[in-house]
Amino acid sequence: MTSYRLPKGGLVDRKTPLSFTFDGKRMIGLEGDSVASALLANGQLLMGRSFKYHRPRGVLTAGSAEPNALMTIGEGGRTEPNTRAPMQELYQGLVARSQNRWPSLDFDIGSLNSLLSPFLGAGFYYKTFMWPAAFWEKLYEPFIRRAAGLGKASYETDPDHYEKCWAHCDLLVVGSGATGLAAALTAGRAGARVILVDEHARIGGGLLAETALIGGVAAPDFVASALAELASLPNVELLSRTTAFGWYDGNVFGAVERVQKHVRAPLPNVPVERLWRIVAKQALLATGAEERPLTFGGNDIPGVMMAGAMRSYLNTYGVAPGKSVAIFTTNDSGYALARDLEKAGVALAAIIDSRAEGAAPGVYSGTARVITGAYVSDAHGGKALASISVFKGGKTETLSVDALAMSGGFNPIIHLACQRGERPTWSDENGAFIVPDQRKGLTLAGSVATTNGLAACLEAGAAKAAALLGDLGFAAQASSFGTVEGDIVPAAAKPVWSIPGIKGKAFIDYQNDVHRKDIGLAVREGYGHVELAKRYTTNGMATDQGKLSNVNAIGLLAEARGISPGAVGTTTFRPFYTPVSFGALAGTSHGKHFQPVRQSPLHNWAKKNGAQFVETGLWYRSSWFPRAGEKTWRESVDREVKNIRINAGLCDVSMLGKIEITGTDAAEFINRVYSNAFLKLPVGKARYGLMLREDGFIYDDGTTSRLEENRFFMTTTTAYAAGVMNHLEFCTQALWPELDVRLASVTDQWAQMAIAGPKSRLILQTIVDEDISNDAFPFLGAKEVSLFGGQLQGRLFRISFSGELAYELAVPAGYGESVADALMEAGKEHGICAYGVEALGVLRIEKGHVTHNEINGTVVPGDLGFGKMVSAAKADFVGKHMLSREGLNDPNRAQLVGVAPLDPATTFRSGSHILEKGAAATLENDQGYISSSCYSPHVGSTIGLALVKRGASRHGEEVLVWNGIRNEYTPARLCDPVFFDPANEKLKV
Amino acid sequence: MRYSALSLLMNGLRGNASWKPAWREPEPKPHYDVIIIGGGGHGLATAYYLAKEFGVRNVAVLEKNYIGSGNVGRNTTIIRSNYLLLGNNPFYELSMKLWEGLEQDFNFNAMVSQRGVLNLIHSDAQRDAYTRRGNAMRLHGVDAELLDRAAVKEMLPFLDFDNARFPIQGGLIQRRGGTVRHDGVAWGYARGADSFGVDIIQNCEVTAIRRENGKVLGVDTNKGFIGCGKLAVAVAGNSSQVASMVDMKLPIESHALQAFVSEGLKPFIDCVVTFGAGHFYVSQSDKGGLVFGGDIEGYNSYAQRGNLACVEHVIEAGKAMIPGLSRVRVLRSWGGIMDMSMDGTPIIDKTHIDNLYLNAGWCYGGFKATPASGFCFAHLIAKNEPHEVTRQMRLDRFERGYLIDEKGQGAQPNLH
Amino acid sequence: MASLISCPHCGSRPKEEFTVKGAALARPEADADEATWFDHVYLRDNPRGLYDEYWHHTSGCRRWLVVTRDTATHDIAAVRDAADKKEAAQ
Repeated sequence: MTSYRLPKGGLVDRKTPLSFTFDGKRMIGLEGDSVASALLANGQLLMGRSFKYHRPRGVLTAGSAEPNALMTIGEGGRTEPNTRAPMQELYQGLVARSQNRWPSLDFDIGSLNSLLSPFLGAGFYYKTFMWPAAFWEKLYEPFIRRAAGLGKASYETDPDHYEKCWAHCDLLVVGSGATGLAAALTAGRAGARVILVDEHARIGGGLLAETALIGGVAAPDFVASALAELASLPNVELLSRTTAFGWYDGNVFGAVERVQKHVRAPLPNVPVERLWRIVAKQALLATGAEERPLTFGGNDIPGVMMAGAMRSYLNTYGVAPGKSVAIFTTNDSGYALARDLEKAGVALAAIIDSRAEGAAPGVYSGTARVITGAYVSDAHGGKALASISVFKGGKTETLSVDALAMSGGFNPIIHLACQRGERPTWSDENGAFIVPDQRKGLTLAGSVATTNGLAACLEAGAAKAAALLGDLGFAAQASSFGTVEGDIVPAAAKPVWSIPGIKGKAFIDYQNDVHRKDIGLAVREGYGHVELAKRYTTNGMATDQGKLSNVNAIGLLAEARGISPGAVGTTTFRPFYTPVSFGALAGTSHGKHFQPVRQSPLHNWAKKNGAQFVETGLWYRSSWFPRAGEKTWRESVDREVKNIRINAGLCDVSMLGKIEITGTDAAEFINRVYSNAFLKLPVGKARYGLMLREDGFIYDDGTTSRLEENRFFMTTTTAYAAGVMNHLEFCTQALWPELDVRLASVTDQWAQMAIAGPKSRLILQTIVDEDISNDAFPFLGAKEVSLFGGQLQGRLFRISFSGELAYELAVPAGYGESVADALMEAGKEHGICAYGVEALGVLRIEKGHVTHNEINGTVVPGDLGFGKMVSAAKADFVGKHMLSREGLNDPNRAQLVGVAPLDPATTFRSGSHILEKGAAATLENDQGYISSSCYSPHVGSTIGLALVKRGASRHGEEVLVWNGIRNEYTPARLCDPVFFDPANEKLKV
Repeated sequence: MRYSALSLLMNGLRGNASWKPAWREPEPKPHYDVIIIGGGGHGLATAYYLAKEFGVRNVAVLEKNYIGSGNVGRNTTIIRSNYLLLGNNPFYELSMKLWEGLEQDFNFNAMVSQRGVLNLIHSDAQRDAYTRRGNAMRLHGVDAELLDRAAVKEMLPFLDFDNARFPIQGGLIQRRGGTVRHDGVAWGYARGADSFGVDIIQNCEVTAIRRENGKVLGVDTNKGFIGCGKLAVAVAGNSSQVASMVDMKLPIESHALQAFVSEGLKPFIDCVVTFGAGHFYVSQSDKGGLVFGGDIEGYNSYAQRGNLACVEHVIEAGKAMIPGLSRVRVLRSWGGIMDMSMDGTPIIDKTHIDNLYLNAGWCYGGFKATPASGFCFAHLIAKNEPHEVTRQMRLDRFERGYLIDEKGQGAQPNLH
Repeated sequence: MASLISCPHCGSRPKEEFTVKGAALARPEADADEATWFDHVYLRDNPRGLYDEYWHHTSGCRRWLVVTRDTATHDIAAVRDAADKKEAAQ
């Protein structure tokens, strides 16, 4: 195949050839190439297949709007499907593969769909595939799913890193063409903090493909000197390869920087992509305009290209589009390409200008044949363009060409400005959808604001930047850049929606294969609203989100409905301007680092003692401590439980929430946030407290101790530690700011351990200096204690979750491990063991204590037998006022009850439901469910706690524990929820 | 015109020039027996069932924008009936049964696809909760299956089984759950309702509700006054706004929820999967895009859009669940407005105005409910009696204390 | 709202640092009747437009704020500390 690379010109480095493969075929490109330019240079015009009809497609653009040349780049965990070839920089060893074709790009069976196209028009699938009913999922849909989709994603783990950052600036400039550079220079020189982002590898935008002179130097050289100056300014951040994809509230812009997507082997200590959240005092949108395709037959044949793109390939990459080129234009911009092609020595077959009057005087002085008042009605060819039909005055002429450039005018790239609800309006004058150039925080300048021509854009960029910075208090002067020579300034062109004389398929949305007739069909069937037409035809829903197709579709809708494009309106602009990877948006949060890890101060103690850990929220909690010879977790847990009931055990409870509450109104405050009374809690005492939500349902529980008159220590459950703290802060700050109360979360300050079992006092006394005998320190005692002969101060609470004589000892976090070690050592002779949350669970179920298994957000105190903990004496507490509602006092409410199997050899599980004996298994007959269950060594069988309708009055009733999902059905009996020591004798010895 | 393989063939041969509009575009009549405010899924389904099942055909659906312009056209297309409580479960199962026969019923392929809905389990507590839920489903005859880790791994080997912060321990799957082409639902109901004579009036915004002697007379609209015998409101997202026209204050807040679609991919994931250790769920559309979502933004909003923090939150969970998503690109995000109720459960009920009916509070569960919501709302409107499966979905349940709170989060809508 | 909230104590901070609770309603008096309490706990104006909301600067100063925000545009009109009752008057 002949090389399309021109002997000279372009910004590519001809001394650095790069080898790459496309569908396994080895090719050579140059440093500075995009994959698309390198493929073109190698004569590879066929780059992809379309979605529905599998039409052969070449590259249409030189930018991010590319709908056709999508390919899979990279291998293994670095596989990136649907990559736009014009946006992917070439690197040595790059591996590119075409997509959506089988068996090969050249010969694609799917292209047979084209033959069926009369039956596959817009929305055809809504009208068929319904018979027989089962066939949709069994036959039709699997076939459609296999045929649909574009590239194939890898399931492999991505080996690369990503990161996120925040940035703040006075002025964010989006786009680095003439307008953006002028703005950035103006702002940078004024000393403002400037961030300039551009989605391309090179800063410079359209200037890089420009042959005009600015201040006497070639446009790319102008860019180079501007870049050097900006790079020298410490207050300017230049971000190339960075796409501003979204505009969010608070003038925050989301941008993604492709840091290492242009290298074969990314450095491991540098992210491949970086997500920027840019907080801009002001932002200037200098995003330019997107050239509009023209809707003629065969406008998708490889070799047909946007005129501006052809100019980029020619001027930036030194690649000729073909041997014989035609240009089809509705405006003067096509002539800039004509001029450059001729200068580069590429044969120009004809310029077809839809305007009867042709170009403005002086625009074109070349030698090519210019056919005015004419249209390209059809392009012909298979996998490459062979000829075009030129339609003029009812006659058709055929021209042999292998490349065709088209320019249907320009759509300002207003995407970001419209992401927060603003709707663009149609301008007949500009033949485009526009938005006013200023809104809070975001201003438009340059061709996005319909300013045409280099000189005007340079001036507009500088002037707008100066004005915005003036508002921010900078003394900014608009920079000037000398005269512009050789620029063609295209006047706005009248759009051409319908082209006469078309024979073939004229595509609007290339990727989704939406063609002209689909729009007509949508209107005919009642889907003429722009949103309905989009959804019915899928126009604008491809990976380019309609960058090229939306306005053409609107134009055709307008014609079909006999209204103006403005009356049709646009669909909604939404993030992302171009697609953003999961990796970039996830940053470092994935795998083991998905969420942070919390470790207790006793984590290492538990580890030393052989703990098995379990994720509990962010915590890793010790769940059991297996010993040699124990084969199952149950063996370990049973042993721990039995040992605690006979000897003693030590458990890490540091992850309970701990809140220090002080102030002269602390007691009053606690009295208002718990449903039970706390005002008269004596100093040196702990009390169990029940915290309700304002709707009357239980929120959390815990113990609160009065250490001094105005100092309390509250514990919460692990799960609700943060929530309770937030709630208490809400109460002090928003509800009762007049109370003298201060709160401090001290969860992380204290290592807290439960020492439970008949021998716990004996063991504790070896390290506690004070007398902790039953008389000196009775049940529910709470006080500061001296440890190890005064070496350490701790807090001791005589509270019990297990039903045994038990304590909780809190010591400063850093001492936790040593103190636990000391207790284990001292307890050795008394048979102490470490125990985890599993044994803790068994002990508390045996004792009938509830946790969030029971406090599930739908229970009121009475449901759990805590009716007496709702103080009738208190005038107010959180949750009091909603408690009297009928439904919360309905005798049929579920209530806490114990459950044990009739046959101790049988078992049941949590989550099983309760049915009356003999009742049919229906949801209507559902009596409740097992909220907690375990094997109880004390009872000698499985036991459970359950929430059962009228449960408190049903002790002794035989029921069926129904676990249909596992086919387990266990006859059982409801009973008192306290299985162990109902008289509480053990607690108080 | 009836859609069939033959009609597709004949029209195709004739250049597709003779397809008829899927629905008429009538001018409003002066008076209807029933006016339904809201041409979304629920409003259109209500009209369809009123006409088809209850013989009430002098009906208008008033839509302020284009039909399907609300949440039916911007959700993540999932259908399921994996509910826990008696107040919900039979209702959603009725909906599932209606989905299963829907396309033949209304002669429109909405691509009901029962690909399975899997909720992942990452802890013992979650297993207990899903056991309870699965059993509640089974008790009502709904399919539910607990999977262990190995079974999940066999089904979806590309989930993070090796390096997860919260290891996957299993899952609860409802194989009859799946997805439906959302726009197709609105269009199918609209076309079906239209075929029974229902007037679907687009670009018709209700500006006031006229009342006399405690009864609704009709509505003022940008197309003039339209009288009605009964007025039904199905405008989830904007329920409070319409209710305020009759001075009603609802137990509802409007919240923004974002959803997302990736670039089109060859088949990547077959069923719907919900992460249990973060806010993320995903399925793949027939076109190949991964459709996914997460949690609501948390603040009241009528703006139909969200912010970047929530986007990142969802995507982080997505990559944590499926590491292979890392290089997949997110194409588009969008937003809808959720009627978040005070217990997370919807309201289908009469109001204190005796010919005004309310269908509201769908939280983010409205799409899957569309057929049953329409059916039951039509039942209520036609018979003045709630359908059996919506008996608990009363407006006064909050005041009476009979809440239907699946999550147990109480009277804070942004937690449901 | 919002990508950013201007905390009266900490300045402009990203949304991720905050937790939103909901409508900033004055808690009724303890002896208010049941209807008043029901209205407070369950019913919402849910306006399209300006709205007072409680936000907690959870990962910052841990103060509860009343944010006045437009629910249609997400623009923030005012932020004050929730304890600042003087400015709480409408």
